Amino acid sequence: MTGGGGAITLNGAGASAPNPLYQRWFADYNKVDPNVQISYQSVGSGAGVKQFIEQTVDFGASDDPLKDADRGKYPSARGAGPVQIPTTGIFVVFAYNLDGVENLKLSRESYCGIVDGSIKTWNDPKLTKENPDAKLPDTPITFAYRSDGSGTTAVFTKHLVKSCPNWKGGSGKSVEWPTGTGAKGNEGVTAQIQQASGTIGYTEFSYAKENALKVATLQNKAGEFITPSPEAAEKALVGVEPDKNLVVSVPDPEQKDAYPIVSLTYLLLYEQYPDSAKADALKKMVNWALKDGKAAVAELGYIPLPDEIATKVVTQLDTIKVASK
Amino acid sequence: MALATDNTQGMSWHRTATSRFLDKGFFWLTAAFGIGVGIILLAIAFQVGRDAIPSIQKFGLGFLTATRWNPVEDIYGAWTQIYGTLVTSFMALLLAVPVGVGVAIVLSEDFLPPRLQKPLVFMVELLAAIPSVVYGLWGIFVLAPLLQGPAMWFYKTFAGVPVLGSLFSTPPTGRGVYIAGIILAIMILPIISAISRDALVAVPLELRQAAYGLGASRWETLFRVIIPAAFSGIVGGVMLALGRAMGETMAVTMLIGNSSNPSPSLFAQGSTISSLLANQFAEADGLQVSSLMYAALVLFGLTLLVNILAELLVSRVKLKM
Repeated sequence: MTGGGGAITLNGAGASAPNPLYQRWFADYNKVDPNVQISYQSVGSGAGVKQFIEQTVDFGASDDPLKDADRGKYPSARGAGPVQIPTTGIFVVFAYNLDGVENLKLSRESYCGIVDGSIKTWNDPKLTKENPDAKLPDTPITFAYRSDGSGTTAVFTKHLVKSCPNWKGGSGKSVEWPTGTGAKGNEGVTAQIQQASGTIGYTEFSYAKENALKVATLQNKAGEFITPSPEAAEKALVGVEPDKNLVVSVPDPEQKDAYPIVSLTYLLLYEQYPDSAKADALKKMVNWALKDGKAAVAELGYIPLPDEIATKVVTQLDTIKVASK
Repeated sequence: MALATDNTQGMSWHRTATSRFLDKGFFWLTAAFGIGVGIILLAIAFQVGRDAIPSIQKFGLGFLTATRWNPVEDIYGAWTQIYGTLVTSFMALLLAVPVGVGVAIVLSEDFLPPRLQKPLVFMVELLAAIPSVVYGLWGIFVLAPLLQGPAMWFYKTFAGVPVLGSLFSTPPTGRGVYIAGIILAIMILPIISAISRDALVAVPLELRQAAYGLGASRWETLFRVIIPAAFSGIVGGVMLALGRAMGETMAVTMLIGNSSNPSPSLFAQGSTISSLLANQFAEADGLQVSSLMYAALVLFGLTLLVNILAELLVSRVKLKM
């Protein structure tokens, strides 16, 4: 302000899964560069993409990479195409509430069965086999899912398609669930799990962490049981080559120590900005987030981008037109 | 009396052009508002109908009876939601009408000393001012745990009984159609009681006095004279309440369990048209949007149908009187 450069306000909208991280980043960045004020509306990935295409925001955010159909609608006034930047990794956990059961282990067969409704009670032989020490009651299992369209559901169901032979619901932001109770938003699912003993549901790890929910250890493709943690989730991204749009897709990671339900979340930027100060500010902010913002990533329960992807992001950022100085 | 008449006559002799202009202007202003409301309604119906066309073409009337809602395969049918809307609203009316009209009677007669009556009237009306999200939260954290025990009793007692048993055929969990119905009943209660009370209070004192004069007791007067005279007002209140129940979104979405699997059981998770729209609209595209619009159109139709039925009911009763 004192320099007379004037404040730059950036508006963004989109995915709710990385919302806690983005809010933290943008607040922290405002301290680094007080001239840049960034506001972010966590309206959901689909709405984020819509607003990005309609140019009502300065950047969008989505858990799902842009589809070809959406790329086709990209406004030509904003350059050749969208600049899609992965910012952080998210991973989806089974959070549960069952009195006296601390470290629930779920084999692939078990969690597939809970989701498709073939495992109905907590003392099902498949569950007791993996958890010999736990006192599993004979009460019914309530599966909690997201009733609203959500990127978290998309990540979760993409994994189910690959890992569960009996899963017939397909994958997408909202699917037809054969069993269970739907709740709106991450906070809805979280509340439902917290409230009712015997409930298990899927949610983004940071929400489970923030609300101190118990999370299940899952069996990955290699057959290992992996306790969810940012470190285990990061392993799923190591050594995976992103495509030209920087999309990394690991619906069912092969690595031995990798947590199985992992995805990246993306920022959507324009190639050209009418106001070059905005382009400049956005570029600087993303560069800052990938380097100095890493502390917040781990603290909030997200996965830091592997170095090889982060390097590509920096290159990709250069395609954004910035004021010549 | 005479003086008042003279006064108005005197006024009308001296009406200025400005006064007449204001008079006309006011007439047209109110007319424009009145017509405007109608136009807005038609415009919304038209827009919703137009956006629903792709879905109407694809699914036709089968949309009303099909039970799958699958955005992955683009297969849509709204029977579960239509059923959920009707059942929750019906349940709400069943619980709220007797209580609401009862409250209205107590608060319109002189059963209670005014010192007690006034605050009670105020409190009932205050129920209407509670935001629906608060009702939803209260439902989640207070009502649902409270109802768990009684619901379990119903489930166990009626297991195996034909017809009735199917209403309670699934084990109750913290979310379901029955909780949504009960919370709706509480939400519409103030609408019914406030409007019914106004209608009862508005019955001319002469009617009451005439009934007493003919030797009718208090109860005879109440049930034979006052309530019939206020009937159209009471039905109006009930219809307004039903409209609210059918369109209520937030509290229902939080409590009904949002499942599109059809089940006759009141304890099962269900869905209403409003909750479906609230859940899916933001992230929908293509045929899904169109099908949501179609569902909205169905809700429009249901509300219209209910209002027509209410009009018929009122005119029937009026004819009899």
